[in-house]
Amino acid sequence: MAVHVDRYLRLHKMPHIWCPGCGNGIVLGALVRAVAELGCSRDEVVVITGIGCSARTNAIIDFNTFQTTHGRALSFATGFKLARPEMKVVVVTGDGDGLAIGGNHLIHSARRNIDITTILINNSIYGMTGGQHSPLTPAGSYATTAPYGTLEPVFDACRLVEGAGATYVARGTAYHVVLLQRLIARAISHKGFAFVEAVSQCPVGFGRRNKMRTPSEMMRWQKDHAVTVKAAAGMSREQLRGKILIGEFVNRNLPELTEVYGRLIREAQSRPGGE
Amino acid sequence: MMQGNEACVEGAIAAGVRFFAGYPISPATEIAELMAEKLPRVGGAFIQMEDEIASMAAVIGASIGGVKSLTATSGPGFTLKQENLGYAAMVEIPCVIVNVQRGGPSTGMPTLPAQMDVMQSRWGTHGDHPVVVLCPSTVYECYVLTIKAVNIAEMLRVPVIVLSDAIVGHIREKVVLPDPGEIEIVERKKPLVPPEGYLPYRADEDGVPPFITYGKGYRYHITSNNYDEGGFPATNDHKVAHALINRLHAKIEKRRSEIIVTEEYMLDDAEVVIFAYGCTARSAYSAVETAREQGIRAGIIKALTLWPFPREVFRKLGGRVRTVIVPEMNMGQLVVEVEAALKDNPARVVPLNRVDGKMITPGQILDLVKEVI
Repeated sequence: MAVHVDRYLRLHKMPHIWCPGCGNGIVLGALVRAVAELGCSRDEVVVITGIGCSARTNAIIDFNTFQTTHGRALSFATGFKLARPEMKVVVVTGDGDGLAIGGNHLIHSARRNIDITTILINNSIYGMTGGQHSPLTPAGSYATTAPYGTLEPVFDACRLVEGAGATYVARGTAYHVVLLQRLIARAISHKGFAFVEAVSQCPVGFGRRNKMRTPSEMMRWQKDHAVTVKAAAGMSREQLRGKILIGEFVNRNLPELTEVYGRLIREAQSRPGGE
Repeated sequence: MMQGNEACVEGAIAAGVRFFAGYPISPATEIAELMAEKLPRVGGAFIQMEDEIASMAAVIGASIGGVKSLTATSGPGFTLKQENLGYAAMVEIPCVIVNVQRGGPSTGMPTLPAQMDVMQSRWGTHGDHPVVVLCPSTVYECYVLTIKAVNIAEMLRVPVIVLSDAIVGHIREKVVLPDPGEIEIVERKKPLVPPEGYLPYRADEDGVPPFITYGKGYRYHITSNNYDEGGFPATNDHKVAHALINRLHAKIEKRRSEIIVTEEYMLDDAEVVIFAYGCTARSAYSAVETAREQGIRAGIIKALTLWPFPREVFRKLGGRVRTVIVPEMNMGQLVVEVEAALKDNPARVVPLNRVDGKMITPGQILDLVKEVI
């Protein structure tokens, strides 16, 4: 479906601050097209961010938007959603914002199965501050705070939130943008905590220190290393080594927090002493 | 009969609070427990978050959602809340934080009283931020000051702190609460312009911008970076920063007379004045009554508003007062402000400090009164 993306942008806030070749704009485009595809009005969507390059997504999109403190977007979103269950709440975060400083909030938001869609832009680095290693910087890669290469292993954010209780979990990439848009649309329509990891590229903060100087090299890496969940089913462990799985991992229906709480309120109010 | 923490809950609900997010911590936990029970009955929501940081964030998120919101904590939790308390001050989101003080520093004496967070309540978060701090010394004051805190938060779009303590929070007293019809309830100011003309941070003359929640046709942006009237980042704009930080402070300064509450007792002929607040004020009253029985001219200034500091009240003292005693369950935090307020007055300022988790007794205060007279 062709979408006039401009309708959803605050064009007077352009240009954006991202570096040339950054994948954030592609993810933002996928989000906006997904919302359009679902036919949501701009007034019913709230986009909440934290700190970092990912956080700069919402100032330029014409929804209800607020940027919060580092890593805490999901906690602000939790309060907002409980106050306004009828609104569609989307959190855009990054691998540093969402998994390091905000890791605790992520696992508990997933556990609660609160109806919030989280898009985690994974560019493997702290971009805003100039290229420090994050929990998703692959071991052995170089970063300004890992001049001899990172020593720490990464974890799989999708498996983490699945284990914590998320009821929709998927991964796309900036290269596979049509798939990414479809996954985000499904995540937004899903009732419950939905998580989409968007593997993206940071040519300035990550690529140029790790032998991928141009954005196209980084996107080619995404193309060459991504394997769909369906294709992976027929591949051996050896064949899957070093690959990233893309597609839908989890899609299940379980009681959602604001719905359950709404029932509690109705019951409490019908008892003696309730208003 | 009601407990101080319980009175905070009753006051909050009477003031229209319909959201609470918290985290278990002594000696404030009763507030969360009672909120969990009572809020759903009045159509509100309670959530126990994964930590103190998240609970402060959730409270602000709910307030952005248009619901009056409150949280409660004690020293160590208050420290963790400072990050997002600063956010609320910067982006002007109404919210109330009850801090039932306990002995510190660090985890200190979790169940024993102290008044060690007076400065943290004013300066705990980074940056030059505005904040209002109210301080109850009785169960009844827990009720009325929580209502006042909610009202000021909504009126001025600021975080307001109710600085209680383990004694005031846990004591049980007989209280007669006002009729619901007698309670003044303040609602946040709504914009008078249509969505296309709305600038979320264009303030009225009182320095407070009208505030409307999302989903009502008014789409806008909030950022904690230095922002312009449109609510968008202006991180390197010196002129915008100057105007913003000054406005944030001026909106409180302009309303000092509405915010500041003090109580005076036996001041007319007093030669010794005790400046007291919180649980310590209880001992001060007892000490002054005994002193008067013994013919000693002692009086009291009780502060129910700590920040902005009620410096005006000291102007009433004139030249008759020789000594001002400042009893505090800390190493001397507000005494510095008292000295500043009395800089043109020859009265001597004498601190009385106790930091062992025990209340300053009336006897201690009386002994000092006799010593300085």
